[in-house]
Amino acid sequence: MTDIADRRTALGILARSPAGLLAERMARIETVPAYTWLRKPETGTLMLRGRIGGDGELFNVGEATLTRCTLRTDDGTVGVGTVLGRNAAKAEQVALCDALLQRPATAASVLSEVIGPLAEAEYERQAREAAEVAASRVDFFTLVRGED
Amino acid sequence: MHLVRELDLSRLQPGFAEPVGDAQRCFRGVLDALAHPGTIVELADLPAPPPGLGAAQSALLLALADQDTPVWLPPGLRDAEAGHYLRFHCGCRLTASLADAHFVVPASLAALPALDDLRPGEPEFPDRSATLVVEVAGLATVGALRLRGPGIETEAGLSVAGWTADCTAFLRENRRRFPLGVDLLLTCGASLAGLPRTVRVDREA
Repeated sequence: MTDIADRRTALGILARSPAGLLAERMARIETVPAYTWLRKPETGTLMLRGRIGGDGELFNVGEATLTRCTLRTDDGTVGVGTVLGRNAAKAEQVALCDALLQRPATAASVLSEVIGPLAEAEYERQAREAAEVAASRVDFFTLVRGED
Repeated sequence: MHLVRELDLSRLQPGFAEPVGDAQRCFRGVLDALAHPGTIVELADLPAPPPGLGAAQSALLLALADQDTPVWLPPGLRDAEAGHYLRFHCGCRLTASLADAHFVVPASLAALPALDDLRPGEPEFPDRSATLVVEVAGLATVGALRLRGPGIETEAGLSVAGWTADCTAFLRENRRRFPLGVDLLLTCGASLAGLPRTVRVDREA
């Protein structure tokens, strides 16, 4: 079990969550600080690389669209948001959440109101998908061929 | 040598307010300055530069530098706010090797590196050379430097605070190596002047 307070884990949970769910949870945060942009939301592409098999050379799988932004809240905390896709509002909310998480005064409420529920929702999503996939599972096996 | 340090965002200032339009205006300014040596281009609405860089100097780097153009900063700025600023906003590498750098930002005209240490370009690709971006204390279109060459109808005057005989010698040697060589951009606050490798410079007695 990873610690969801860990910044990287938290950013991953936020980025993978559906935008609607994130917005819904963020609406529960009462005191949202004022902030300025260090980098306004911008959309670009990222080359995804991967390997197949253990011997594999890295190859380019393809490009993914991503949107990123960086903001600074009024007390100087810097939050970054990077999400797949073109949803600038989601990137903004992720960045804001990242900043709130670093501020001692707001970290607890963000953890309990936003990141915790999103982590649970993600777990349920994954479990549901795993169950759906498991229904079509085929087990391959070989009968003893009697050569011995 | 590549310097990989964790990016410190805590004191970082915003870059261009409108990245695309602002970068294009700066790029146009550089084109004008290099096409007409001896003219001074005024850039408007520049973001506040990080400590150690001038407004136009930092804006030019925002417009020109990217992940394919290593930037050389003086050692004192490299690990300071200016270095973090450029790494964040341009995505550029900072390099400690002058020979590797596409953009070189000397601390002053007095600290111009030796021409031999800079990328001169290749005979097939003279554009693969270094560009120097130097902040000076003053720029004016009338003055001691007489400029001639492409982009100047007869002769243009330029006065640069802190210009020394060494700078003149630097440009003459640079001119001698044409088509290889480096291009020099002088900035002073929001002002910009270009001294491309084609310029011939004389100093008035």
